[in-house]
Amino acid sequence: MKIAIASGKGGTGKTTVATNLAFYLAGRGRKVIYADGDVEEPNGHLFLKPQWDKTVNVPVKIPLIDESLCDHCGLCSDICRYNALAVLPDKAMVFASLCHSCGGCYHICPRKAITEIDRTIGIMKSGTGSGVTAYEGRLNIGEAISPPVIKFLKGHLKKADFTIIDSPPGTSCPVIEAVRDADFVVLVTEPTPFGLHDLKLAVEMIRKLGLAFGVVVNRYGVGDDRVHDYCRDEGINILLEIPNDRKIAEACAAGNLIVETLPQYAAHFENLLQNILHARRTTGVRV
Amino acid sequence: MIREVTVISGKGGTGKTSLVGSLAYFAENKVMVDCDVDAADLHLILRGNNLASHDFIGSQKAVIDYELCNDCGLCLEYCRLDAIGERFETSEIDARRYYVDSLACEGCAICAEFCPTRAIRMVDHVSGRWFLDDTKYGPLVHARLGIAEANSGKLVSLLRKTARDLAEKNNHELIIIDGSPGIGCPVIASLTGVDYALIVTEPTVAAIHDMERLLELTGHFGIHTGICINKCDLNRDMTDKIVQLAATAKIEVLSRIPYDTSITRAQMAGLPYPEFRKDGVTKNFQELWNNLIEDMNRPHRRSRTNNVPLIQLGKPTEKEV
Repeated sequence: MKIAIASGKGGTGKTTVATNLAFYLAGRGRKVIYADGDVEEPNGHLFLKPQWDKTVNVPVKIPLIDESLCDHCGLCSDICRYNALAVLPDKAMVFASLCHSCGGCYHICPRKAITEIDRTIGIMKSGTGSGVTAYEGRLNIGEAISPPVIKFLKGHLKKADFTIIDSPPGTSCPVIEAVRDADFVVLVTEPTPFGLHDLKLAVEMIRKLGLAFGVVVNRYGVGDDRVHDYCRDEGINILLEIPNDRKIAEACAAGNLIVETLPQYAAHFENLLQNILHARRTTGVRV
Repeated sequence: MIREVTVISGKGGTGKTSLVGSLAYFAENKVMVDCDVDAADLHLILRGNNLASHDFIGSQKAVIDYELCNDCGLCLEYCRLDAIGERFETSEIDARRYYVDSLACEGCAICAEFCPTRAIRMVDHVSGRWFLDDTKYGPLVHARLGIAEANSGKLVSLLRKTARDLAEKNNHELIIIDGSPGIGCPVIASLTGVDYALIVTEPTVAAIHDMERLLELTGHFGIHTGICINKCDLNRDMTDKIVQLAATAKIEVLSRIPYDTSITRAQMAGLPYPEFRKDGVTKNFQELWNNLIEDMNRPHRRSRTNNVPLIQLGKPTEKEV
């Protein structure tokens, strides 16, 4: 079962929920994969502390122009919608960071002057830590386009009883890439105006994708009931409430897993699991 | 001369928007821009009147004309984004074998280009809306990127250009930009060419990890950078580590704000903190603003171009708090 952990707003506790759920499930003898898909700022490793035993480069295709064949006709720069090619009367240039790897230039070139080469935009690591098989995608600093790293990461995951995908914040293309084929999506929010506003956007996104989902309310007690009211009105399951406990904030600050250092919260993650399984059985959404 | 300051954090939820709200209270003669176009929240505490709103055409999407389509499947073969789907069972009612998954389509137009019957057209796609509000603190430019859309960087650039035009027209001295989490497309778009990057971090392993990547990013672009430590009393060792990292990177720690749930209560009340309460935390925010101006006027060592002119950016505020 593939569970994606997402949120509209950043910093609501995605990684806290994802790593603790993964650790909890592994402790119950399940084969668990944790995949950090927040490739711009991957943090899961700080909590699961995996021993990485493999690192591979994540490539994207970019054009390489053979000047000896190029007659500077300009068709490649005409077809490129991303301004990644410029053709001057005696020179053709590629702006690699703008390239979306669509392959248009490669196909259109009448003189076969364009080949495609790999350009590394990030890395993927894998290993084990805290009983969990961990994977991480990591976008290189200065790179703008993260979805190919997420796609690469997801394409390299092995089979497991539970695969937990830690997603980036937001509602745009990197998030879609992270959650699109999940069996269930957990949206983490907090009971504040910012939390509610961004939860609504995240719910709209998940509904547009037609995925089964539920909500975790983190820092429960810090704000008011508006998130609960919204979920009730919309018929959305609240899977778990994590109290606003300074001890939790301190454990996370130091890079500790709550389930390990504050064992009184272990039962919360059992409830989360049961509620996910129950919600999946009872929702009519095709998974 | 107009100066631009971008507030970023790497990690989400460290307090960017609450902090920008407080800067909005202290700074004078400025334009605010919310560049977290995925999840814009600044308008929830600045609460202005909307003056204008516009569609944002972010890209084009492929549309198949089934009168012309001959089911050859070349579009599927060419598309690298899995944006062309194929139905294996077609009926007389629905004979459309190939279709566009508009969520996956990024508008590269390669399918349209190579379609032998010219059955695919590229049509403009509205990817979001953007707004200009008049707030008590000055103009606010913000946006809402549509759900599941790409091209957030393009929208960020549009918002910044709108703010600059506005600032030029009305002689505003400063543009304060609320950035988004991460280090990718929208963050890069909200950082390019700005005068100063203010990183909001907190003493947690995750926030420090993310801050280090941001420092590398702003260093890469040669942007003058400063740090504000939020929730500074959550973990003293981690706070010390941030101070050390700042010293190593030769940048200033401008202010330390304590872990205080009244900051969340200000948000509940829909107000910038200094408007909500005048207390020690308000003083911390004021100190941040004053130190920010001072640091912007200092020559910085991360610049790629050396001769950064000194700026006249208002005066340190002496508002009663």
